[in-house]
Amino acid sequence: MGLKGKTQDFNIMRGEGEDAKLESFSIELDEGMVVLDCVHRIQHEQQPDLAVRWNCKAGKCGSCSAEINGRPRLMCMTRMSDVVEETPEGQAIEIRPMKAFPHVKDLVTDVSWNYDVAQRIKPINGPETMDWEFNQMEADRVQQFRECIECFLCVNTCHVLRDHALFDDFAGPRNLVRLAQYEMHPLDTEDRIPEIKKEFGVEYCNITRCCTEVCPAGIQITDDAIIQLKERVVDRYYDPLQRIWRTITRQNVRY
Amino acid sequence: MEYTVRHLLKEGDRVTGCVAYTRVDGDFHAFSAKSVILATGGITRCWSVCSGSWEYTGDGHALALWAGAELRDMEFVQFHPTGMVWPPSVRGILVTEGVRGEGGRLTNSEGDRFMFNYVPEMFAGDHAETIEESDQWVEEVVSGKLATVRRPPELLTRDVVAKAINSEVKAGRGSPHGGAFLDISHRGEEAILKKLPSMHHQFKELAGVDISKEPMEVGPTAHYVMGGVRVNAETQESNVPGLFACGEVASGLHGANRLGGNSLSDLITFGKRAGEHAAKRAEDLAQPGIEDTQVQSAIEIMLAPLNREGGENPGLIYDEMRDMMQAKVGIIRTKEEMTEAMADLLAFNKRQEACFPGSSRKYNSGWHQALDLKNMVDVSTAATLAALTREESRGGHTRDDFPGEIEAWGKILNIIYMEDGEIKIRQEDVEPMREDLSEAITEVKTMIAERAAEQAGGGN
Ligand SMILES: Cc1cc2nc3c(=O)[nH]c(=O)nc-3n(C[C@H](O)[C@H](O)[C@H](O)COP(=O)(O)OP(=O)(O)OC[C@H]3O[C@@H](n4cnc5c(N)ncnc54)[C@H](O)[C@@H]3O)c2cc1C
Ligand code: SF4
Ligand code: SF4
Ligand code: FES
Repeated sequence: MGLKGKTQDFNIMRGEGEDAKLESFSIELDEGMVVLDCVHRIQHEQQPDLAVRWNCKAGKCGSCSAEINGRPRLMCMTRMSDVVEETPEGQAIEIRPMKAFPHVKDLVTDVSWNYDVAQRIKPINGPETMDWEFNQMEADRVQQFRECIECFLCVNTCHVLRDHALFDDFAGPRNLVRLAQYEMHPLDTEDRIPEIKKEFGVEYCNITRCCTEVCPAGIQITDDAIIQLKERVVDRYYDPLQRIWRTITRQNVRY
Repeated sequence: MEYTVRHLLKEGDRVTGCVAYTRVDGDFHAFSAKSVILATGGITRCWSVCSGSWEYTGDGHALALWAGAELRDMEFVQFHPTGMVWPPSVRGILVTEGVRGEGGRLTNSEGDRFMFNYVPEMFAGDHAETIEESDQWVEEVVSGKLATVRRPPELLTRDVVAKAINSEVKAGRGSPHGGAFLDISHRGEEAILKKLPSMHHQFKELAGVDISKEPMEVGPTAHYVMGGVRVNAETQESNVPGLFACGEVASGLHGANRLGGNSLSDLITFGKRAGEHAAKRAEDLAQPGIEDTQVQSAIEIMLAPLNREGGENPGLIYDEMRDMMQAKVGIIRTKEEMTEAMADLLAFNKRQEACFPGSSRKYNSGWHQALDLKNMVDVSTAATLAALTREESRGGHTRDDFPGEIEAWGKILNIIYMEDGEIKIRQEDVEPMREDLSEAITEVKTMIAERAAEQAGGGN
């Protein structure tokens, strides 16, 4: 159990772009350390210019995402006791930056694509007067989406982006969560279904649930956000009864 | 994105812009501005046990000082009573006041609810005197009723609770890792998961403690600085024309001790004012030019660490300096220790001037830290100098050698400024409060007293 005094080897990605490669470091561990502590110890004792993004060290800001022994995780919430246990005796713990995003240096990547997509999403359009009401159940439904810390581990994991690089055609799980949050908001009057289908490409998702598995905020990304959006798209575009009803009631729908 | 401002540009007296670097690629950018608003937050990273993120290095406090602005109240640093204490890597991370608001009980190693013994005279009679009364308060409040009894002593002001925990630990009644026990488990798993989900998660993931079943270990952590840039309360402008400040980097609003929750209302109110007045000032001004020599000299200073041949790792200096501030200018202060701290800070300043973070400009965390060290030295010096000067205990400032408030000091402000590159201090009288405001406060106080009297009469 005890980590104190144990010497541990790490292989950490160092460098930029093509030249980046794994480099070996070794440090002495202390009780209760998380992976980010180890990176800081290497930084403070050996390699001051080791690049790593972090901020809160409490799993709340989403800036310390990395791939630890191949698994996308937050460095600040990954306890060394667990990582040491999962790493075969005598092997180094491997820390790499998120693979799906452009590499900046060492453990830092450029995640700005996510913000660009977010900018293209229509904001909530709520009522102007304050006399609205909705029931608690409706509020609870969108509450979990607000837990998102924008770590982008889900985006990094999704094969549509990681393996197929469809960054121009697919909004990625994080922004689908955002779209679900807005679409399901009880007071919102905006219609985003057309773009959810087209430019945000919800249909590229084939429900593998890999994103949900890595989400440190425990958001049911696939089941509660993406599938809900998919259903709305199906209702709008493929359900003939809905279609006729809409023509009759002359709802203003932009295709 | 990720621009860090390192220098304020000036023309004569007034501020005309700033110079920044980008963290990602180390590029330099100069901005011309008719008004500049500092909103850089606090300084608590200067202490090794703190609740703030790495950004809390007092950049705005230092930028203002260097640009000729005055700081005030720098001795008043708030130590929040409940930070995590174990394991070492999470020491300082905040445990929200909400835990005590929801009925969390503080006990020592002997199982005593020790806060009952620490009610200061000025709050005597305001808090519950028995465990039963405390429990009743919690029961009423969590079920959404108006409380008919007095609140638990766990909810005394932060300085009182922090010092109480400190005293218990010193008296040998601390928890195994040098804190106190905070227990909320009596509220039951369901309520805890609903009301305190992030605390439940935080302890479970980082400390392996299930707070719905066992107590937490907590202890004081540097949390907030009441001191900062001295601003005009109406406009948020400093004594340097065109330089505004708001939020934690500004000062005056919270006096010697901020009450929980008041920072966010401060930000909303005075952030808006700062914006409005900065914009108003900008309306009548022409866009200032950017003076190249100032920009070049700022860039030279920023590049200096990278151009050294070798030197100490800035991370090491950073760690040692924070430990020093924790030990010598912490929650309980003495003249001896703070005099030593002033000397230590001079030595740290020398060391930071010779540190070497490697020579790359691209996302070089060590370089960023090397630059932060300069602010941290200056801001720590400002805080220490003010604390050394104030020979009394008040709010967030506690002197072991001068316990208790001294009335005369209550009317005096410590003003920190820079002259010929040196950090200096002088005293000024506290400005009297605007009449309408002091009337409003009296009114509210009377109202509260009346309501309390009514409840005492009508209830039990
Ligand atoms: C864990 C924790 C919990 C808290 N909880 C509460 C609470 O419940 N209620 C309450 O009222 N208060 C709370 N506080 C206090 C309150 O959150 C802070 O005082 C407040 O957020 C400060 O706001 P600010 O806008 O002044 O600065 P910050 O929110 O700290 O923002 C400062 C910004 O400036 C940037 N910056 C700093 N230096 C530079 C530079 N040189 N160049 C460019 N950018 C720079 C930083 O990156 C940061 O984004 C809490 C504080 C902490 C640490
Ligand atoms: S469920 Fe969809 S979004 Fe999530 S990883 Fe799989 S394909 Fe990507
Ligand atoms: S949805 Fe989850 S995994 Fe994705 S960015 Fe948000 S918190 Fe991270
Ligand atoms: S540092 Fe904030 S989530 Fe890890």
